[in-house]
Amino acid sequence: MCTSIIEIARAEGMAKRGDQWFPLSQTVVAYDHARHAPLGDVITLDFFNTALGAEARAGVELTLETAKELRAALDRAIAAADYEEAEVRGKGAVPRLVLVA
Amino acid sequence: MSFYRGMTCENVTINGYGGSPITAYVAKPTGPGPFPGVVLIHHLPGWSELYIETTRRFAHHGYIAICANLYEREGGGSDGNPDDVAAKVRADGGISDAQMVGDTEAAVKWMRAQPNLNGKVGLIGSCSGGRHAFIYASQKKDVDACVELWGGGVVMSKEELNAKKPVAPIDMTSGLSCPLLGLFGNEDRAPSPEQVNQHEAELKKQGKTFEFHRYDGAGHGFFYWHRPMYRAEQAMDGWNKIWAFFGKYLSK
Repeated sequence: MCTSIIEIARAEGMAKRGDQWFPLSQTVVAYDHARHAPLGDVITLDFFNTALGAEARAGVELTLETAKELRAALDRAIAAADYEEAEVRGKGAVPRLVLVA
Repeated sequence: MSFYRGMTCENVTINGYGGSPITAYVAKPTGPGPFPGVVLIHHLPGWSELYIETTRRFAHHGYIAICANLYEREGGGSDGNPDDVAAKVRADGGISDAQMVGDTEAAVKWMRAQPNLNGKVGLIGSCSGGRHAFIYASQKKDVDACVELWGGGVVMSKEELNAKKPVAPIDMTSGLSCPLLGLFGNEDRAPSPEQVNQHEAELKKQGKTFEFHRYDGAGHGFFYWHRPMYRAEQAMDGWNKIWAFFGKYLSK
């Protein structure tokens, strides 16, 4: 890539390409020239399964601005999910009053 | 200038780096020749339609042309979707410079084996391929002219060096074995105008034959007609510079 800006994270889950879902192994985040979006430089998200070959990929190209909005949305959803998880499991949740019959 | 609307195009297999067979696209103008040859090194988005088309463009202008698939090992063989394969290569940190040199050497050898070659071979690449073309022409002595289009990463910091890219191309300048044409956009960030200045200063210092042209109102990849970065006026002037440069150094 021309920018050298690239981050790779482990991924567990699945992604859809066409009408087929495939299991994921990694997510690659880069800032590089857009390949398809009619834009200049973009944040690219590539969801891969490296064991399944290059075609096991779901790609996204986002403007920097909308990538920031995605990050904020992820942060909000993850914070809410963390709270939900903690509450369900009974550890780490902020104590709440419970009505006892 | 003669145009060769008739041409023969096909995939061929060449033995690349480490003896690995890789696919290359070739376009040969119809006629007895002899013709000069051009080896194309594709950009980071891969062995894409743009490069296949550009290979044919050289044949249209009377050059035997070949473009090897430098990403063949990375997935999909010769039928892989270039976009997916290039994304995988990006995730892997690109291909190694050594592998690129080996694959390009195979393409140059294929070219030099063509019976109707006039004995002259040019090299051209853009983006990462521009960097690659400069590296090849600095390490090998079997090409007669080199065109570097906005090569990113010719100037590299020590922190950017790694096993795949162990030496900054600018530090190979003393080995440059043929005349060099460089085209750059002044709004590019990779390479930045400052990096182009450093590149030029090193070429001067080493006493190399070169010409650099810098375009206002253009950034990276201003030849790419399918991208918003396309700049028609600068691109057409740039192509004319290429035809003049190859015409000067590849005719016999």
